Amino acid sequence: MAERVEARPRRAEREGSPWTGLWAVVAKEMADHLTSARMRFLELIILLTAVGTVYLALQELRRTEEFLYLALLTRSRDPLPAFVGFMGFLVPLIAIALGFDAINGEFNRRTLSRVLAQPIYRDALLLGKFLAGLFTLALVLTAIWLLVMGLGLLRLGVPPTGVEVARGLLYLLTTIAYGGVWLGLALTFSIVFRQPATAALSSIAVWLFVTVFWGMLVGLIVQGLTDDPVAQTRWGLALVRLSPNTLYSEASLALLHPTIESTLRIMGVITPLQLVQLQWAVPTPLPLSQSLMTIWPHLTGLIAATILLFALSYVLFQRQEIRA
Amino acid sequence: MTTGAGEEVVIETEGLTKRYGDVTAVDDLRLRIQEGEIYGLLGPNGSGKTTTILMLLGLTEPTAGSARVLGFDPVREPLKVKAKVGYLPDQVGFYDELTARENLAYIAKLNGLPRPEAERRLDEALERMGLADVADRPVGTYSRGMKQRLGLAELLLKRPRVIILDEPTLGLDPEAAREFLQTIRGLKAEGITVLLSSHLLHQVQQICDRVGLFHKGRKVLEGTVPELARRVLGGAYRVRVHAQSERDLRPALEGVAGVRAVIAQDGVYELEAERDVRPDVAEAVVRAGGKLLGLELEEPSLDDIYARYFERLEHQHQDEQAQEGEGVTARGGAR
Repeated sequence: MAERVEARPRRAEREGSPWTGLWAVVAKEMADHLTSARMRFLELIILLTAVGTVYLALQELRRTEEFLYLALLTRSRDPLPAFVGFMGFLVPLIAIALGFDAINGEFNRRTLSRVLAQPIYRDALLLGKFLAGLFTLALVLTAIWLLVMGLGLLRLGVPPTGVEVARGLLYLLTTIAYGGVWLGLALTFSIVFRQPATAALSSIAVWLFVTVFWGMLVGLIVQGLTDDPVAQTRWGLALVRLSPNTLYSEASLALLHPTIESTLRIMGVITPLQLVQLQWAVPTPLPLSQSLMTIWPHLTGLIAATILLFALSYVLFQRQEIRA
Repeated sequence: MTTGAGEEVVIETEGLTKRYGDVTAVDDLRLRIQEGEIYGLLGPNGSGKTTTILMLLGLTEPTAGSARVLGFDPVREPLKVKAKVGYLPDQVGFYDELTARENLAYIAKLNGLPRPEAERRLDEALERMGLADVADRPVGTYSRGMKQRLGLAELLLKRPRVIILDEPTLGLDPEAAREFLQTIRGLKAEGITVLLSSHLLHQVQQICDRVGLFHKGRKVLEGTVPELARRVLGGAYRVRVHAQSERDLRPALEGVAGVRAVIAQDGVYELEAERDVRPDVAEAVVRAGGKLLGLELEEPSLDDIYARYFERLEHQHQDEQAQEGEGVTARGGAR
């Protein structure tokens, strides 16, 4: 008995780096993503949307406008919404497609125990899969972004200004962070549910809830909370921002539509009455630093949500029994 | 750590226990496996074999007790263990859309093998398992037996000192299973220690040097197959005699010293004896005027051993229960 007790200085640190084999996993997973039929299909959709929306936006543009390239991304013409609007729901879709079968897929193919029997820790497998998804997403989005810029360059004939490029890049970064949230969610569900189909549908259900129903629900909640219209607006804003979708669309608006009006609306200091008064305000564009300050909490929120979801999936995965 | 003839103990466990809630999957297991032997972890499904294996690899944490594999603690140093131990899970799966070569290349990378070295080992392993011709076909097109061999090829990539096979013959047809077991025996010849688990006792008994029989998480019997046979079957030797004769040879055979029972059927006599009575039986047959056509010692079968052991255990258990029952009534009466 004494021997057994002695043999258990448990919770002792494990030896070896948790990141051994990380890049092997990332490379393999990225190769899988980039060659999979699923991803090609999604890339095609996003490509068509980009070309379609930008083409229509080009026809709406006036050459005299300031921030031509930003307008390219935000201007819409019936029947299509703007490029930004499309991204708002295509990005979650891609991110979910990249992550929903990450772990349960390995389970079902009975490859998980074989891979984990190699000299790597689980950490490397999970983070490798997450990073591979994120890099793939970043790659696809950057390609699309460059494509849009290129189209603009061809059709507009004027190069983008430095500020436009900077705002565009920040928008790209925000979009990737937004995708990271959904990737983290899909990854978590791929650990919770043994069936990839269940994980995919649950992820999509959450996305639908957050995108479509959360806004309505917040309206009801707020009415129940207080009668004061100002307080209602405040509460509504706070609650609606729990949705990554809101954070993303507000951040995009602030970055790509840098007027004082839109910025104030995001900051929540505006009531419908004030909005009417603002119609007469001078539409001076906001400097980049101010826009950045406005969206800083949004960006932080998105990244924090991603990290939280990844941490959750990490804990779940470490506790999971790997026997099939 | 060494024992006896200076042979190294490569796997040892002390009081290894794993509980899932109320269920004890592995109970106080003490295991010693020496270098170069083939050890069979045998028992029905759910008797704790796979859990034991997972604990040895550090893939699941023991509730109590400790293990050492090649001198490393699987809980603290799983990477060192896994670098030198090859594990083939039951019903091994591969990435079906990748080719055999791509599948192995991924594993080689996870093992941190440099590219040229990996490629050399890869070709060698595929060649050795007879998969060189189909190495560039997607694994999805492979048969069960081929996948199993690919699994073994993957283990060889590591140049392992120990390989652990979980139900290696499950789902293989008898011919493929036999071939596969022969390959495993070939690995032993290279000094690789093999730990295999199976519930198909008759299939693996020929290749195991020693076996441990598991039942409900406990190792109930351990030793070489003949040893266990002696212990459980009471040292019975079964001799099969095939002889031709005008007369019934049974009296002559029963007269041989050491023979306990004779069962005759169409000129084939099954003898149960205390020792290897073959020379005496041959003589007796000839002396009785019979023609001896065949004489063989039947290997004791592990299935028999297992079944007999549990029959006995069952009886004991029933007796105990009966006694307990009496105890209860007695107490009830006292009240």
